[in-house]
Amino acid sequence: MAVTFELNGQSKTVDVDPQMPLLWVLRDTLNMTGTKFGCGMALCGACTVHINGEAARSCITPISSVAGKKITTIEGLSANASHPVQLAWIEEDVPQCGYCQSGQIMSAVALLAKKPNPTDADIDDFMSGNICRCGTYQRIRKAIHRAATLQAAK
Amino acid sequence: MAQTLVLDRREFLKSSAATGVGLLIGFRLDARAADDPAAAQEKPVPNPFNAWVRITPDNHITLILAKSEMGQGVITSLPMILAEELCVDWKQVGIEQAPTNPKIYDLGTGGSGSVGSSWLPLRRAGAAAREMMITAAAQEWNVNRDTCVAQDGGVLHGARKNFLTYGQLVEKASKLPVPDLTRVPLKNSQNFSIIGSELQRVDARSKSSGAAKFGIDSRVPGMRYAVIARCPVFGGKVKSFDATKAKNVSGVQNVFVIDPVAKGAFSAGGVVVVADSSWAAMQGREALKIEWDEGPHAGESTETLHRQFLDNAAKAGQVLRNDGDADAALAKSAKKIEATYEFPFAAHATMEPLNCTVHIRKDGAEAWVPTQAPQWAQDAIAKASGLPHDSVVVHTTLMGGGFGRRYQADFAMEAAQVAKVTGKPVMVLWTREDDMQHDFYRPSSYHKFSGAVDSDGKLAAWKHFQTSTSIGSMWGDKGESDTGEGEFGTAAFIPYRTPNYRVEYTLAKSGVPRAWWRSVEHSSSGFVVESFVDELAALAGADPLQYRLQQMGEDRVIPDFTDPKEGKPLVSARLKGVLKLAAEKGGWGSPLEKGTGRGIAAYYSFETYTSCVAEVSVVDKAVKVHRLVYAVDCGRAINPDGVRAQVESAAIYGLSALLFDAITIRGGRVEQANFNDYDMPRIMHTPKIEVYVVESTEEPTGIGEPGLPVVGPAICNAVYTLTGKRIRRLPIRAEDLA
Repeated sequence: MAVTFELNGQSKTVDVDPQMPLLWVLRDTLNMTGTKFGCGMALCGACTVHINGEAARSCITPISSVAGKKITTIEGLSANASHPVQLAWIEEDVPQCGYCQSGQIMSAVALLAKKPNPTDADIDDFMSGNICRCGTYQRIRKAIHRAATLQAAK
Repeated sequence: MAQTLVLDRREFLKSSAATGVGLLIGFRLDARAADDPAAAQEKPVPNPFNAWVRITPDNHITLILAKSEMGQGVITSLPMILAEELCVDWKQVGIEQAPTNPKIYDLGTGGSGSVGSSWLPLRRAGAAAREMMITAAAQEWNVNRDTCVAQDGGVLHGARKNFLTYGQLVEKASKLPVPDLTRVPLKNSQNFSIIGSELQRVDARSKSSGAAKFGIDSRVPGMRYAVIARCPVFGGKVKSFDATKAKNVSGVQNVFVIDPVAKGAFSAGGVVVVADSSWAAMQGREALKIEWDEGPHAGESTETLHRQFLDNAAKAGQVLRNDGDADAALAKSAKKIEATYEFPFAAHATMEPLNCTVHIRKDGAEAWVPTQAPQWAQDAIAKASGLPHDSVVVHTTLMGGGFGRRYQADFAMEAAQVAKVTGKPVMVLWTREDDMQHDFYRPSSYHKFSGAVDSDGKLAAWKHFQTSTSIGSMWGDKGESDTGEGEFGTAAFIPYRTPNYRVEYTLAKSGVPRAWWRSVEHSSSGFVVESFVDELAALAGADPLQYRLQQMGEDRVIPDFTDPKEGKPLVSARLKGVLKLAAEKGGWGSPLEKGTGRGIAAYYSFETYTSCVAEVSVVDKAVKVHRLVYAVDCGRAINPDGVRAQVESAAIYGLSALLFDAITIRGGRVEQANFNDYDMPRIMHTPKIEVYVVESTEEPTGIGEPGLPVVGPAICNAVYTLTGKRIRRLPIRAEDLA
């Protein structure tokens, strides 16, 4: 089935099994590998993207459900890692293995869109769906606060 | 070659080539070998310009990384060492992953050993290249080389105008004789400008932009995607299968069986589904009908293992250590306690599920492997393909976590078996369920302790019996005659003085695969030693910090009981140092908020000294950790912020064992499948973590793992001060808090 959607500002049409999750369309059909596979059940957040501006788990999102919608992936966040959240991530040296960080960053961007100046409790609440096995959570908290500052200064 | 018992991972790394498990570790460019003339004679000294540094005439400088990056930061710390001696501008260097060439590199990455084992070899390689550059410049200018100095990626003679870049010198320099590496002058550490500085990780940007490529991101023209249905019961195999429906799934191209491979890979075999996308392959697998031959372990369960533990503990074990007479001292002591501790199997759960991409052609193979042991993967692929070793090219990719899981070659072996059938490039992808149910788990273990204190509170007897599903019995030549040394680590040479010290072991038999899980035996050994000494402190009516310091007694050097020849001894002054520092920074003895408790632990592992003070509360029958204060002494810190990051990481990994990690077995198979039933610590479980790094000029030692063993006992000792309950089994259960 052909499905048309907007990906990082560009129109895309793919012809795949309508049940195929957006994650696998991104990774295998479109070779956009920044979005990661972690659990396949929306339990870890590694596959987080934005659908019409809202954080969503692409591993359980059938491609048929995104027809006509706007998708943003980590690759579409900025050119050259210049989004305030990405800058904050780099400045706080957040990533270790780095595998979960695309999803963490996409969640953090969605959080800051709702709450430009979140408290630690807001962060813990919103980010609780994203697992980091390297345990970089303390730096993620710091980076989100820093990103809030960077964003406010923009 | 002598057959050596595989005691633990360190031993395994040294002996694996000899034991025939197929790991070609190659020679180690380590200090010991270089200082040994006989060993040095066996191998040519590699030209640093071939092995470690690549410089182009237009002055692009590339440093070679010969360890795998899995989050621990070697991609930054190891090139820092090389760059320091080479005298280049850090901002201008590029970093490239080494190829598999056992004649030059020991690529195996584990045992928190990368920095320690590379420290001297990398310094020597960098210094040799620098000295060759200086000689080349001196010859160019026809001046005495003592008048030339290397700086900022070039050589300077007198006035500024006499400066040649390394790019201008490299052609000549690389043809000069390589200096004697044991005598090449090393920089005075007072002049270090890179080592010891808090540089940003070189991969922070690519890992924040989505550009970083992990194994799972490998894309090869014409590639297929495959998943494997493995027998859910360990040791089982395919009896028959029906692929009719699977083959009808759109995108599925092929379905076939691969065999299990025994020792060396321990891969499970199974029914392979090859498709044009990961999703199609998974859907195809769902549609398979398979009848399994469940093999000999189908009756195993967590309950049968627990009963085996109790049966074993009712009898004496094999004596590993026996100082004095612990039984007699216990018999006559008026103040004594007993305690038993139990640990479940634990899964690694790396965020990036396992995967391996292989292309086998007639004349050779190419593979993209997220592996801690590229040479072992290369060996597995050579075996499976029947190709000569040298014709297998392995690209070591970034890894989305390793923690020991990716030391294994099972996933490379399987991918090579599949690629041999497909003839096309193929990625074998593991789902989270595959990963959770076909891991090599942290062994499950049971510990029985008896201890006594005399009328002054002094430690009068320490008796430790352990029974476990050992790693050694799976990987070592002795098999089920394994005597368990590798299961104790520092628990066989505790820093607390006692005249009566007995250690016993009995193997518990199991069909569940075991191997190295972050901090290996120390994850349980650290917990039991630092929990039981806390129990003895309470028995003696002493402060836990003061008790530890008193029982360590006078400063001394304690040999590594499990490896007295090559293991580095425990220097008790350094352990006391971190204990006091953590206590001071953690406000030991200062008032606490109502409802919170404080606990402490200190431990030696991977040649590093670690102590942790934990502040916790118990809310709704659950432990909440508020603050962790660490002190670590890992010798000279190459990048102190990298050291802190690793300790923060190990703290959360240890917290995972405390709060969640329990792989349980029923019917010979794992009951958990995904993060819904094997959860992970999340951001709301994360306390404030402070890490104080001891400034030291000692040789650098491990840091990827040593932060882990202390966090559990520090937290549980804090729980005791609040609840009066000792946590003696993990993960923590609500009923153990009430």
